[in-house]
Amino acid sequence: MRLHGVEVEDTFAEAFTMWGARIVVTADTPAWAQHAARSLTGFATSVIGCKCEAGIERELDAAETPDGRPGVSALLFAPDAEGLGKRLVERVGMTVLTCPTTACFNGLEAEDETDVGGKLRYFGDGWQASKVLDGKRYWRIPVMEGEFLVEERFGIVEGVGGGNLIMLAEDAATALGAAEAAAAAMRAVEGAILPFPGGIARSGSKVGSRYSGQMASTNHELCPTLRAQVDGSKVPNGVGSVFEIVIDGLAPEPVREAMRVGLDAAARSGALRITAGNYGGNLGEHHFHLRELVP
Amino acid sequence: MTLTLTLREAPAAPLRAEALCPDRLAGLSRAEIERLELWHGNRRATLGELFAVSGAGAEDVRVVGDLGRVAGLGAGMTGGRLTLEGSAGPHVGAGMGDGELIVEGDVGDWAGAEMRGGRLIVRGSAGRRLGGAYAGARAGMHGGEVLVHGDAGEEAGAGLRRGLIAVAGRVGAAAGLSALAGTIVAFGTIGAHPGAGMRRASIVAMTTTTLLPSYSPACTYRPPFLRLCLRRLRALGLPVTDEQIEGRYTRWSGDSVELTRGEILILEPPR
Repeated sequence: MRLHGVEVEDTFAEAFTMWGARIVVTADTPAWAQHAARSLTGFATSVIGCKCEAGIERELDAAETPDGRPGVSALLFAPDAEGLGKRLVERVGMTVLTCPTTACFNGLEAEDETDVGGKLRYFGDGWQASKVLDGKRYWRIPVMEGEFLVEERFGIVEGVGGGNLIMLAEDAATALGAAEAAAAAMRAVEGAILPFPGGIARSGSKVGSRYSGQMASTNHELCPTLRAQVDGSKVPNGVGSVFEIVIDGLAPEPVREAMRVGLDAAARSGALRITAGNYGGNLGEHHFHLRELVP
Repeated sequence: MTLTLTLREAPAAPLRAEALCPDRLAGLSRAEIERLELWHGNRRATLGELFAVSGAGAEDVRVVGDLGRVAGLGAGMTGGRLTLEGSAGPHVGAGMGDGELIVEGDVGDWAGAEMRGGRLIVRGSAGRRLGGAYAGARAGMHGGEVLVHGDAGEEAGAGLRRGLIAVAGRVGAAAGLSALAGTIVAFGTIGAHPGAGMRRASIVAMTTTTLLPSYSPACTYRPPFLRLCLRRLRALGLPVTDEQIEGRYTRWSGDSVELTRGEILILEPPR
């Protein structure tokens, strides 16, 4: 297949069911909302080592937030609902509660919910108070600055983790340019995030390793420097660098849409070849075929 | 479809009308509705004797006429929408669990008393013990929202356990008397001794007032919850200003004769 003259491999991205939540952080200024959201979503690139994956979904105007202040929405994903609940409590507690002027709200109406504010309230050491408004309970936790407000229940859904695109180009700068263009296009898709730094991973991995205890290791078949050493290398002649973009979404559709716009942008921005990562189709519940994304 | 019940003439004696709730009228034919019995003074009367019934359905019920001597309209309702076109008597919406009750005029005492949920909107003014507890009960309103566009009488929110009471006009003395929790917002002046005996509730006052000596000032700040609360009240049609949403409030803690876990938040006057 070719898209804008670029070869697109007829393969698919294999993705997994992950539980996701949307966290809305507001603050007195956009800058403080960003500080909190960046901390909230920091060190959350991959469940391989971070227990969760997270990213900023978008900035919110004051008119869009529950308390009428500027805000940021972030998505957080974990392999199971219980783990997601734990990560939410840990991260909201350590990054939003601690951040000046912020408040934290659920951004996802869903059948399933997890308790966040109801657990963080214990930080109030008995001085906390709750308020119920329009059927939702909020916790007011006294802090040295004044008061931290957090919603009690957060909606959680079965989403998708691990949608991906892999961009190959002549050199690192060109490959990165293509990946940056793809990531920029993908960020406009609501309901999806790119958990890696800047949305881009330079070190795609495979499951397992020759070393026991190492659950993931470098995707040697796509390392350009190993092309001459690895039997069955997937790096074509003339390719000097490869980047991967991983996409997590609250449902399959945002992941598919992000892959579609990312594929188009990468193909216009210097990629020599675009492919996707999978495990033969036997592990992940969601398969996103590139052929369905090429017009 | 709207079911309309038009009072034929002002009742000669107090009329108890707890049966006039959308959920209690649901599934009844017009004839069955007309056969419903109400207490008119000390005798039973059929609804058909007192009200002309027109329209159909029970999700949206309108009651029309001089309802000043009709008590308990919408009391205990658990759903649907009930509109009272004009002023109503006491106990309107008392104990209601859900649904929306709109009163185009004034209501008597005990409106929304011990209500558990839903929304009571009064376009006029309310009497005493709005959302309050009945004699002998520890707790008054347990949940829901009461919005009064006019004034409210004494002891509004007495024994308030949970929920939101907002009054656009004046609030009488002893608002939040012995309140356990919940929130009372007074946009107009507030009478003497607000929060007397209050345990954990919040009273928000937009005008300065003299508090009991059992309340102590803590600090002046912008309570984050209040932004949510006031935006909600604005969305529901109360005249909330930007200054009130963005403003700083002095937090007074009390009542120290109880837990000292309650608060009265008083909007800082403009400088």
